[in-house]
Amino acid sequence: MYTEKVMELFRNPHNMGEIPDADGVGTVGNPVCGDLMTIYIKVRDNRLEDVKFKTFGCGAAIATSSMVTDLAKGKTLEEALKITRADVANELGGLPPVKMHCSNLAADALHVAIEDYRKKHGEEAKK
Amino acid sequence: MAIEKCVYMDHTAGKPVDARVIEAMLPYMKSAYGNPASLHSFGEEPRKALDEARAQVATLINAERKETIVFTSGATESNNMAIKGVAYRNKDRGTHIVTSSIEHMSVINPCKFLKTRGFEATFLPVDNYGIVSLDALGKALTEKTILASIMYANGEIGTIQPIEEISKIVHKKNIYFHVDVTAANGQIPIDVRKEGIDLLTLSSNDMYGPKGIGAIYMKDGTRLEPLLHGGGQERGLRSGTENIAGIVGFGKAAELAKAEMKTESQRLVKMRDRLIKGLLDSIPYSFLNGHPTRRLPDNAAVRFSFIEGESMLLSLDMLGVGASSGSACTAKTLEPSHVLMAIGLKHEEAHGSLLFTLGRQNTEEEVDYVVSIMPAIVKRLRMISPLTPKELKL
Repeated sequence: MYTEKVMELFRNPHNMGEIPDADGVGTVGNPVCGDLMTIYIKVRDNRLEDVKFKTFGCGAAIATSSMVTDLAKGKTLEEALKITRADVANELGGLPPVKMHCSNLAADALHVAIEDYRKKHGEEAKK
Repeated sequence: MAIEKCVYMDHTAGKPVDARVIEAMLPYMKSAYGNPASLHSFGEEPRKALDEARAQVATLINAERKETIVFTSGATESNNMAIKGVAYRNKDRGTHIVTSSIEHMSVINPCKFLKTRGFEATFLPVDNYGIVSLDALGKALTEKTILASIMYANGEIGTIQPIEEISKIVHKKNIYFHVDVTAANGQIPIDVRKEGIDLLTLSSNDMYGPKGIGAIYMKDGTRLEPLLHGGGQERGLRSGTENIAGIVGFGKAAELAKAEMKTESQRLVKMRDRLIKGLLDSIPYSFLNGHPTRRLPDNAAVRFSFIEGESMLLSLDMLGVGASSGSACTAKTLEPSHVLMAIGLKHEEAHGSLLFTLGRQNTEEEVDYVVSIMPAIVKRLRMISPLTPKELKL
């Protein structure tokens, strides 16, 4: 059902955990669909110095969360905001159609975390 | 790391066919291939086999005579036949059907279909164990009610219904009582006469017979419109050339189930309770789904807080164990199982459910293996989950 890459990241997810003093936090999802993701970011000089996740959900939800943290790490905030759901799915070698909507939320969580950072840090963050 | 274990605990989804059943079926594919309707001698042996299988199935449920059994393609067809067949044939008497909110989709969807064709359907609530409310049943029956359809037991949570009591309430009025016995097939002795059942759905694979064959029991005098019109086989109630090999296999499976049910069910209950206790004792925030004692012998339905079912299934699969979940993510719909919602679970609780269904090949050793690997699976997924409370020491 899943690609080898999805299974590999499900078995050994990268960047799993919380950042206690995160600069931004983004949570998306809905327990009705059975997927809930939280992304934590640490920002330094407009770059994502660290990105971590915690996820309640299926194999696809855990693998997409792991993938988005890898894709975002080291990027500028502007670059990270351009990461899409499709990018995440492509990097995983594709996802089953039923998983594309409910479980592929990690890019959204990342964007929410960046917005949260910008809100907290005001104008200074937009420079 | 090579996984050598291969532990199958998803018997509600599908069972192997018993070797003795396969043996009994083979002649009807190789040599006795004639059509039972033929006058010539090639039809003789299949005709006898059809009669014998019908008697074997009738004996399993203590039917009054073998002619009350009509063979179908399986439980879905039998359920459709019972509900749509009774509705169409009896609409001069009434247009209302009563069923429960935890039936199989092959009962729920025909009822919903009939609602688009001028009928009414009531879906009775169940309590937290999944037992149908007798009070609500009594109140739901009206002058217009023609059929009540309640399953014998639910395969997803294991709960067994008080069938005799339901029958008494239904039969106080002039209403047909249909029972889908699929999940309890071959595990619990069924007696249609003692329990007061007018129509009964049976499936073959659930008792280690082949797939694609089932039956409906119809008490003498039951008025029902057939779904399939054609050559008039099965007393005109189910046209189509008989699937003789399948029917013979079903008959043999019914005979074996009757002979072996008592010892096998005792063995299953012992393993089931060992599995449930093992999991609940070793994993915090774990709970039983369904009733603790009014429960199918093969059914261990449990749930674990803060984590999701599919990720548990994948983890089990990597260690060689096949189980099932009530999770939306394994199905085509996004909603969790209607059964788990009907017993009052929250969405996230329903999503954290796992279903182990035991069978003839399972051993206590396999049960112990599952109990030994589950705590680490749950712990790992809880470490990943944002719902896990901080105070829960992992």
